[in-house]
Amino acid sequence: MLQVNGLSKTFGGVKAVQDVTFAVRGKTIHSVIGPNGAGKTTLFNLITGVYTPSDGEIVFDGENVAGATPDQLARRGMSRTFQNLQVCMNMSAIENVMVGAHLTLNTSLFAGMIRLPSLRRKDRACREEAQRLMNFVGVGKYIKSHASQMPYGALKRLEIARALAAKPKILLLDEPAAGLNHTETGEIDALIQKVAESGVTVVLVEHDMKLVMNLSDHILVLDYGKKLAEGTAEEVRRNPDVIAAYLGASA
Amino acid sequence: MLSEFLQFLFSGVTVGAMYALAALGYGLIYNASGVINFAQGEFIMLGGMAAVFLTEAGVPLPVAIVLAVAIAALVGLVVEKLAIEPAGNAEVVTLIIITIGASLTLRGLVQIFLGKGNHALPPFSGETPIAVLGATLLPQSLWVMGVTLVVVAALAWFFGRTILGKAVLATAYNKLAAQLVGINTRFILLLSFGLAAALGALGGILVAPITYTSYDAGIMMGLKGFVAATLGGLGSGVGAVVGGLLLGAVEAMTAGYISSAYKDAMPFVLILLILFFRPQGLFGKKTTDRV
Amino acid sequence: MTVSRSSYGLTALVVVLALLPLALPNPFYYDVAIRIAINACVAIGLNLLIGYTGQISLGHAGFFGIGAYASAILTTQFGWPPALAMVAGAAGTGLLAFVVARPILKLKGHYLAMATLGLGIIASIVLVNETAYTGGPDGMSVGGFSLAGWQITGEHAWYSVVACLLVVVTWFALNLIEAPAGRALQAIHGSEVAARVVGVNTTAFKVRVFVLSAVLASLMGSLTAHYIGFVTPGLAGFFHSIELVTMVVVGGMASVFGSILGAALLTVLPQLLSTFEGWETVIFGLILMLTMIFLPKGVVPTLRLRFAKEEK
Repeated sequence: MLQVNGLSKTFGGVKAVQDVTFAVRGKTIHSVIGPNGAGKTTLFNLITGVYTPSDGEIVFDGENVAGATPDQLARRGMSRTFQNLQVCMNMSAIENVMVGAHLTLNTSLFAGMIRLPSLRRKDRACREEAQRLMNFVGVGKYIKSHASQMPYGALKRLEIARALAAKPKILLLDEPAAGLNHTETGEIDALIQKVAESGVTVVLVEHDMKLVMNLSDHILVLDYGKKLAEGTAEEVRRNPDVIAAYLGASA
Repeated sequence: MLSEFLQFLFSGVTVGAMYALAALGYGLIYNASGVINFAQGEFIMLGGMAAVFLTEAGVPLPVAIVLAVAIAALVGLVVEKLAIEPAGNAEVVTLIIITIGASLTLRGLVQIFLGKGNHALPPFSGETPIAVLGATLLPQSLWVMGVTLVVVAALAWFFGRTILGKAVLATAYNKLAAQLVGINTRFILLLSFGLAAALGALGGILVAPITYTSYDAGIMMGLKGFVAATLGGLGSGVGAVVGGLLLGAVEAMTAGYISSAYKDAMPFVLILLILFFRPQGLFGKKTTDRV
Repeated sequence: MTVSRSSYGLTALVVVLALLPLALPNPFYYDVAIRIAINACVAIGLNLLIGYTGQISLGHAGFFGIGAYASAILTTQFGWPPALAMVAGAAGTGLLAFVVARPILKLKGHYLAMATLGLGIIASIVLVNETAYTGGPDGMSVGGFSLAGWQITGEHAWYSVVACLLVVVTWFALNLIEAPAGRALQAIHGSEVAARVVGVNTTAFKVRVFVLSAVLASLMGSLTAHYIGFVTPGLAGFFHSIELVTMVVVGGMASVFGSILGAALLTVLPQLLSTFEGWETVIFGLILMLTMIFLPKGVVPTLRLRFAKEEK
């Protein structure tokens, strides 16, 4: 589904990502872990088109998409959430989810202004679907709320609902459990499994080791922008380089 | 040919020095708060107008100049305290509009209390032009360039050698970090406004003997000062000076060689070009947003 | 639900506009009402750009002025029919807006503000200087507006025309906001990167809404030219641009009815203050500052929140 070859990104003098190669198989849950500053979010931003690679290729669903813009990638079936929560606080909760389905709707300004009946019908269907998604991710009680009224944990899930609204092939979650307490993390764990079961490939960046080890079919470990290790949860857990990176070399 | 070119250059650099001082003012405030102070032009105008009215009231010129700068600085402090500080951490658009509001208020008050007339300040040391290579140089121009040079040197010393100056720079680089090491960033912002107003006023006073001043002189001067700041790179001291002089020269050349009617449009054409091709200006830094 | 709320608002607007003539005692009041309606249309368009999409334009009066002068010059000096001149002005403005929009809207915050400001000022300087066509700083006179032989004469006719226009523009705007395109615009304001990753071509949308609001301003400028019968470069000037932004900001960002209220307040205010020259500028400035400090969302959204809280 997703293949990254020799991907690199340099900012001025900082080599944020260096020559990273890995593969994500369809319908699996794949995690990217590593100490702070390892380049995980940069890697995400490269894959999702927010940054342009300095070098390397990104092959998504058979096509090289390195350098494509986020909206082009969205068209190809890629969705993502953000580490520092990019929810539109100026819109209602349900509108946030509905905007996730942007590519499936008639987005002409003119058609919108004159209230074309076909547009209205599809919009109503979109709204119902958005409600269903909000229930799916567990924020059903906020269906009538404004985004600015929702608590942090609910907003994180709202973002996932928005990402799912586009019916993506692959979903990239950037630290979905960041800032959540124990119970909320358990809920996210269950949600991610639900998403994967519905047929979406999931790639996540996470710090919470329990969540990662529990969920992942496959793990990629980054350190200082380079690939440190790759494998199943068991393999990675036992890898001495990984242990050294997290706990210090003398451990 | 040469003398004509020099003539334009002299008048350009003279006005350019005022733009440079205004640009420094913009940079100061931008560095301390990220705000573009649309009222900067009014500070320039206040300097000139205050000096004019003080001298007309009988105050000796040197004293009038010092007082006028002080008055402008005071107004700058008041604007920061009453208009900017209450707004807290508002959006950029909001802050821009607040400073526009402040500029309107200041301009309106001057119009009401000091009238709509044009005024000229007496030149500092007479009007006899000096001949240089076939071109004439007004003694006032020498004053403008000389004082600006001294001011720029003083600012360089202030920022490079004094604790307070370094605190201002620290706030510019990273406000939060500056707060964490104990710098009172609120005070720094207040100081920046006062200093920016003083710089603007000084520029206004220096050129008042050459270009008349009036209640609405601030609009164009302020806008062009901002163009100069952007041209040089918003927030860069060197950029402000270079940008100001460059803008003044280009404007004078346009007036001289192309058309004096469009001389006022040139700065805005320039700023569009800069913003399209190199928004960070000549000496500014490019920034990327962290997501 | 938002849908019925805007239907209520629209119905209320129609009722108010229909009944207003009964309350207007003389032509002077009609004049104010007509100006309010024209300004409201421009403000609604500008609000789509500023309030909903989160951009800024400090030079919108430039588009207004271009429309006004296009109508003035084409009808007076080239004998074009007014309707055609108006369309030509709008097309020209649209083209200009389209050409500058792409590079300009890549900028953000104060850079964008400065670029739009620069545009507006260049427009007004051109209008002042091309005296042969524009009559220079003193302006030029314009004939009335006639379409297929029917001329709009008298305040009642003009009122009916602009009132209908206001209703249509309001309806268009309300529809747009509830449509996918409207959500895309608001998403650009809320989080541009989020909008991009869901597939919104943010540049294209920003350009579209910029052109739309510019064309609307131009059309209103053309109408104003015919209504007043005279155009001056001040119509494209910086102060007019600020007035328009103030209407949006004071009335309420991201609020169509807020723009109408803002237009009303800021059209009436200069009339009230016209005897107090100088104070007009001061009070304008004070209103801008006070509103932005205490009511940063504008009047209508703040009231709406106040009432929503009381409902709970």
